Amino acid sequence: MTAILEARGLSRAFGHVQALDHADFDVASGEVVALIGDNGAGKSTMVKALTGNLEVDSGEVFFHGERVHFATPQDASERGIEVVHQDLALAPHLDPTQNMFLGREIMRSGLAGRLGFMNERRMRQDARAAFSSLGSAVRSVTTPVGDMSGGQKQSVAIARAVAWANQVLFLDEPTAALGVVQTRNVLDMIRRVRDQGVAVVLISHSMPHVLAVADRIQVLRLGRRVTTIPAEGATVEQLVGAMTGALDEHEIDRSEIA
Amino acid sequence: MSQNTATAPATTIEPDEDRTLIDRLRSMQSIWILGVLVVIVAVFGVLQPTLFLAYNNLMNIAQNVSIWAVIAVGMTFVIITSGIDLSVGSVLVFSSVISAKVMASIGDKGWSTAIIGTVIALVSGLLWGALNGWLVAKAKVPALIVTLGTLSIALGAAQIITGGIDIRSAPEVLQTTVGYGRVAGVPVITVLALVVVVLGGIVLHRTKFGRYTFAIGSNELAARRVGIAVDRKLIEVYALAGLLSGLAGQMALAQYGTTTIAGQSLTNLNVIAAVVIGGTSIFGGQGSMLGTMVGLFIPAVLLSGFVITGVSPFWQTVAVGAILITAVYIDQHRRAAAARGGRARARTRRTASPSEAPAAQ
Repeated sequence: MTAILEARGLSRAFGHVQALDHADFDVASGEVVALIGDNGAGKSTMVKALTGNLEVDSGEVFFHGERVHFATPQDASERGIEVVHQDLALAPHLDPTQNMFLGREIMRSGLAGRLGFMNERRMRQDARAAFSSLGSAVRSVTTPVGDMSGGQKQSVAIARAVAWANQVLFLDEPTAALGVVQTRNVLDMIRRVRDQGVAVVLISHSMPHVLAVADRIQVLRLGRRVTTIPAEGATVEQLVGAMTGALDEHEIDRSEIA
Repeated sequence: MSQNTATAPATTIEPDEDRTLIDRLRSMQSIWILGVLVVIVAVFGVLQPTLFLAYNNLMNIAQNVSIWAVIAVGMTFVIITSGIDLSVGSVLVFSSVISAKVMASIGDKGWSTAIIGTVIALVSGLLWGALNGWLVAKAKVPALIVTLGTLSIALGAAQIITGGIDIRSAPEVLQTTVGYGRVAGVPVITVLALVVVVLGGIVLHRTKFGRYTFAIGSNELAARRVGIAVDRKLIEVYALAGLLSGLAGQMALAQYGTTTIAGQSLTNLNVIAAVVIGGTSIFGGQGSMLGTMVGLFIPAVLLSGFVITGVSPFWQTVAVGAILITAVYIDQHRRAAAARGGRARARTRRTASPSEAPAAQ
C-alpha cells in the first residue's frame, strides 16, 4: 500500500520542549490508522503539522508522493484533507446544513448568487444525502446543532469533514465525550468513511476503540514514532507497553513483523 | 461489520425541507413577543377604539419608531455577532451636525444640497462604524469599551463643531418632502425605514453575509476554522451599523428641522432594549429582524396607549424596563427547556450541555 499522506522526520520545538523529534507518519487510502501515545507524545502537534495548523522546524510532508507545504488549514482543505477537532468547531445556533456548508456555501446562479443569495434547497439536499450515506444519527438537517446530543454533534462534525475530505480525514478524540451507543455509531461512521476510500487518521486515548476500528496503529513517544503495529491481533497491553516504553526494542521489532 | 446491523441508527432524516411557515414561526424565539405586542394593541384597542386605532394614531406610532428602526437594523447585526454598539446616538448626532453644517455653508435650500448632505451623513456614519469595527476586530478592544469611547468622542466632536448649539437650517425640501411628507398616506420617513428594515431582514436571513454574521456570534473560532474572514466581517458589520446611524442622522434632520445634539443620549439604550426584547441574544448567534421590529413597537405602542388612556406616560419607561427583563428571562428559560428536551430525547448524559461542547478549549 502506498501512502497518500506521509511525513518524514518532522521536528518542532516549543521553547525547550521537543514536541516532535524527527517523527515519521504515513497513511494510505482506504485504511484507518490510529495515532496513539501518552499525553505530550506529540499527537496533536503531528496532526497540526500535517493539516496546515502549525509550521515545523524541519522535515518533509508528502501528499500522493509529492512534496507539499500546507501554510494554512485552507491549503490542506483544498487537497481534500479535513480535521474534526476535539471541540468539533460547530456553530451551535446554526443547523447541520448551515454548519456543513459554513464557509463553502452553494450560491444561487446568476445575479442572485452575486448578490449573496444562497441555494438553501440544494445545500439541504446535499446535507441530507451526506448524513444518510454515513448512517449518521442526525434526524433533522434544520434543527440547531446546539439542541442536539453529543453523539449527534459529533456525527455532524464528522459528516461535515467527510463531505469535503475525499482524501484524508483526521479525527481528534471523536469518542472521548460519548456514551456506549453513540460511540458505536461513530466507529461505524469511521468504517463507512474508510470504505468510501478515504484515509482515516484516528487520534484516541481509548485503546479498545482503537483496536475496534483501526487497521494499523502508529505509536508516538517523546515526539517520535516508535512503532507501527497492525491492529489485527494486537492487544491493549501491547499498545500500552509501546506507548510507555515498557516494551523493549526487540519486542517492538517482532510485533512490527507480525 | 456485524455492529452495523445491531446499531444502525435511526437514519430516517425528516423531510423538513418543506416545513410550513407556521412551523418555522413557532420555532422562532421572537414569536411569543409578537403575541405580547398583539395583546397590548388589543387592550388599548378595546379601551379606546376610536382614538387608539385611528389611522392617524397608528401612523404616528410608525413615524415615531422610524428613526430608531433604521438604527436597530444595524444594531441587530452587531448584537448577533455578540457585539454591542453604544455609539449609535452620538454617531447620529455627529453625522447630522456635519451634514447640517455643510448644507448650511452651501446655502442653497434645494435638492442638490439635500443630496450632498445625505451623502456626507452616510459617509460620516460609515467611517465611525468602520473605526468601531477596526478597533473591535483588529485592536481587540472589547466592543463595549470601543463604542463607549466613540460615543463620547463623536458627541464631543459634534459639540466642538457647533459650540453645543443646535443647527436649525436643514433644507426646506428635506423637511417638507421627507420630514412631513406622505406617500399613500404613510409618512415618507416610515417608508424609508421600512425599506431599510426589509433589506436588512433579507440580508440577515437570506444571504451569506447574514449567515456569517450568525456564525461569528455563534462560534467565532469555528468561523475562523472554516476560513471565514472574521475580522473583515466584523468591520463590515460595525460599518453597516454606523452607516445606518448616519442615515438616521439625516432622517432626524428632516423630521425635526434641526440637529438634536442633546436629544440622543438614550437612543443607544432604547435601540438595544428593542433588539433584545425582540429575542436577539446578547450572547450572539441568535436573532431576527422581525423580532427587532416587534421590540421597537412595544415601547412605542405602550407610550401612545398610555397617553390616550390617560395613564401617566412616565409609566411607559417602567413598563418597558419590566418587559425587557421578562423577555430575556423567558427566552433563557425557553432555551434551557429546549436544551433539556433535546438531550432527553437523545438519551444523552445530562452533563453535555449544548453550549459546552463547542466552547470547550
